[in-house]
Amino acid sequence: MLPELDEKLVRERIAKRIAMEFEEGEVVNLGIGIPTLVADYIPEGKHIIFQAENGAIGIGPPPAVPNYKCIGAGGRFISLLPGGSFFSSDISFGLIRGGHVDATVLGTLEVDQRGDLANWWIPGKSVPGMGGAMDLVVGARRVYVAMTHVTKKGAPKILKKCTLPLTAVGVVDMIVTEFAVFTIKDGKVTLIEIAPEVTPEQIRENTEADYEVAEELGVYRGLEVV
Amino acid sequence: MPKKIIKPVLSAQEAVKCVKRGDSVMVGGFNYGGIPYTLTDALYDQGTDQLTLISNDTIYEFCGQGKLVAGGRCKKVIASHVGLNKTTGRLFHEGKMELELFPQGTYVEKIRAGGAGLGGFLTPTGVGTVVEDGKKVLEVGGKKYILELPLTADVALIRAFRADRMGNLTYTGTNKNFNPTMATAAKIVIAEVDEVVNVGELDPNNIATQGILVDMLVLKGDSVYASRT
Repeated sequence: MLPELDEKLVRERIAKRIAMEFEEGEVVNLGIGIPTLVADYIPEGKHIIFQAENGAIGIGPPPAVPNYKCIGAGGRFISLLPGGSFFSSDISFGLIRGGHVDATVLGTLEVDQRGDLANWWIPGKSVPGMGGAMDLVVGARRVYVAMTHVTKKGAPKILKKCTLPLTAVGVVDMIVTEFAVFTIKDGKVTLIEIAPEVTPEQIRENTEADYEVAEELGVYRGLEVV
Repeated sequence: MPKKIIKPVLSAQEAVKCVKRGDSVMVGGFNYGGIPYTLTDALYDQGTDQLTLISNDTIYEFCGQGKLVAGGRCKKVIASHVGLNKTTGRLFHEGKMELELFPQGTYVEKIRAGGAGLGGFLTPTGVGTVVEDGKKVLEVGGKKYILELPLTADVALIRAFRADRMGNLTYTGTNKNFNPTMATAAKIVIAEVDEVVNVGELDPNNIATQGILVDMLVLKGDSVYASRT
């Protein structure tokens, strides 16, 4: 069993950890849910260019006054920073598929040791559609998965092989949960950091995928100043 | 027949009379932004059915093109995401409506290809997923791509910001989304706008849809959704 953490803490921790991954000037697309929070934790003085697939780049903080002509991909009101711009969806997905977006962060239902992910449909439930997720994970140069380590029922979400309909094959670079950080490189999964509440054995018990533990297993970064 | 040089500015009711039973209709908009609400309301009120609705999403049951779905006016929906409008999934699962879903980038590129006279395009999106089922997968330079085909429609209902009487259009903010692309891909294009100005009053540098593509102009209505978008 994994310890139970406060839901808000979980979300903030994951978002904050992923926010450490970007370099000055990188173009990043954030999915809905936990990924949206990543923008709030970009370290002071670092400039990241946020893109939204419905047609905006250079996204800043939410505006004080609602503007229905200016929304993000999750439907929230957005503002643009100086230098930002709007464009049509064909241009937007050209930017995404064309390799002009450095990173995308998104939640998922399942991810596996091959770097496949499944986040758009649970067969048996009504099909919602994949939206922009398939293009984003194929097009963005790095793909970050932000999710809780296990399902609400306690089942692993990091699997040997995804069971749900795939979003894409072999695209995930990093998995960040509330308890652990894994990298996936050349088909090899490595546990690089774990949170102080858990032991490596607990992570092993709650992770179905095969993975190696980094030689110098680190403490989950970003917790010190929460 | 060439389009008129000076476009008529019509009521939404007049404009949507060109939509006939069984037509394919593109509707611009992403989530609640940039939807031609006045036109979709008029089309709903007109009662035209057996439509093939081509819209990125089907928003909610109670507004925009979501009403056309909820009201049983569509025999088919072609979209990328229909999760907000639960009726879409329900009608599909009950066998009462066809539903075809594409990744959003593929969806818009199909429309772009349709409007740009292309026979299709190759995309890496969806390779290794159910999206490739029934489609040709080609290898180019050692990488796999899915062949996706163009998409056009009988009528496009789009939302722009300002129009001149020649039908040239500007857009604002994220209202742009699918609208300029759809304007290229339908036989008849109806644009809902905030304002219609005289020819020459729009800065040519800001015109994002050329008037030659547009057939009719409609001023936005005063419903809550139409007026704030």
